[in-house]
Amino acid sequence: MKYTILVNEGPYQHQSADTALQFTRAALEKGHEIFRVFFYHDGVNNGTRLTVPPADDRLIQKAWTELAEKHGLDLVICIAAAQRRGIMDADEAKRQGLDANNIAPGFRISGLGQLVEGGIQSDRLVVFGD
Amino acid sequence: MSTKNFLFVNRKAPYGTIYALESLEVVLISAAFEQNVSLAFIDDGVYQITKGQNSKGIGMKNFSPTYRALGDYDITKLYVSSESLAERGLTVDDLMELTYEDADDDYAEKPSIILANREEMAAMMAEQEVILSF
Repeated sequence: MKYTILVNEGPYQHQSADTALQFTRAALEKGHEIFRVFFYHDGVNNGTRLTVPPADDRLIQKAWTELAEKHGLDLVICIAAAQRRGIMDADEAKRQGLDANNIAPGFRISGLGQLVEGGIQSDRLVVFGD
Repeated sequence: MSTKNFLFVNRKAPYGTIYALESLEVVLISAAFEQNVSLAFIDDGVYQITKGQNSKGIGMKNFSPTYRALGDYDITKLYVSSESLAERGLTVDDLMELTYEDADDDYAEKPSIILANREEMAAMMAEQEVILSF
């Protein structure tokens, strides 16, 4: 089955961020296709490379990056939600005149149309949120 | 691109969290994809479309006028949970008058709000293909 995953909650704040990651991993292991993972609301914070959790804790953002590298996942961060919360790639930081970017490898920033397209193109859209 | 039945389920109050505002942003984008879009207002989500909202005191933008534009985007089915209204002491008279112009009926102005009880809401949801819950 072809899935699009919507992640609406931030890492470490909310179980949904972990569950979305675990669901995606399990779906891939079962041979399903992940059309896209879309990060919205505080979910955009799953795509920063600048988090440093305690040494004995899990690395949520890094796990997404590794999963994307292994399976060629399309990890898309909503641009409007990202701008509100300070998630930037190099191009966007330059365009906004900011002095830094923080997007993690394997993620890209794009518009909400990517979420709607995911709903249209996939057999199931699964929402992880509050 | 194919057309699907999209439902956006709104369950949260308009202020306090950003869910309602960002849900509305996806709703407006989905209209541009010419999908068959419906909205449901359940639980505290019914407060999103109450009339007379004034958010000045909390320093937030009052975005409720945007719901009035939904009809112009051909989003004409706004299902409101009758139980959720009743549980909060609200009636349909407390809601904004949200309407659309029916192109198939000489552009007559018609109400977009559809009161639905839990059974009707469940039946409507069963007909959807993509459900986003915020």
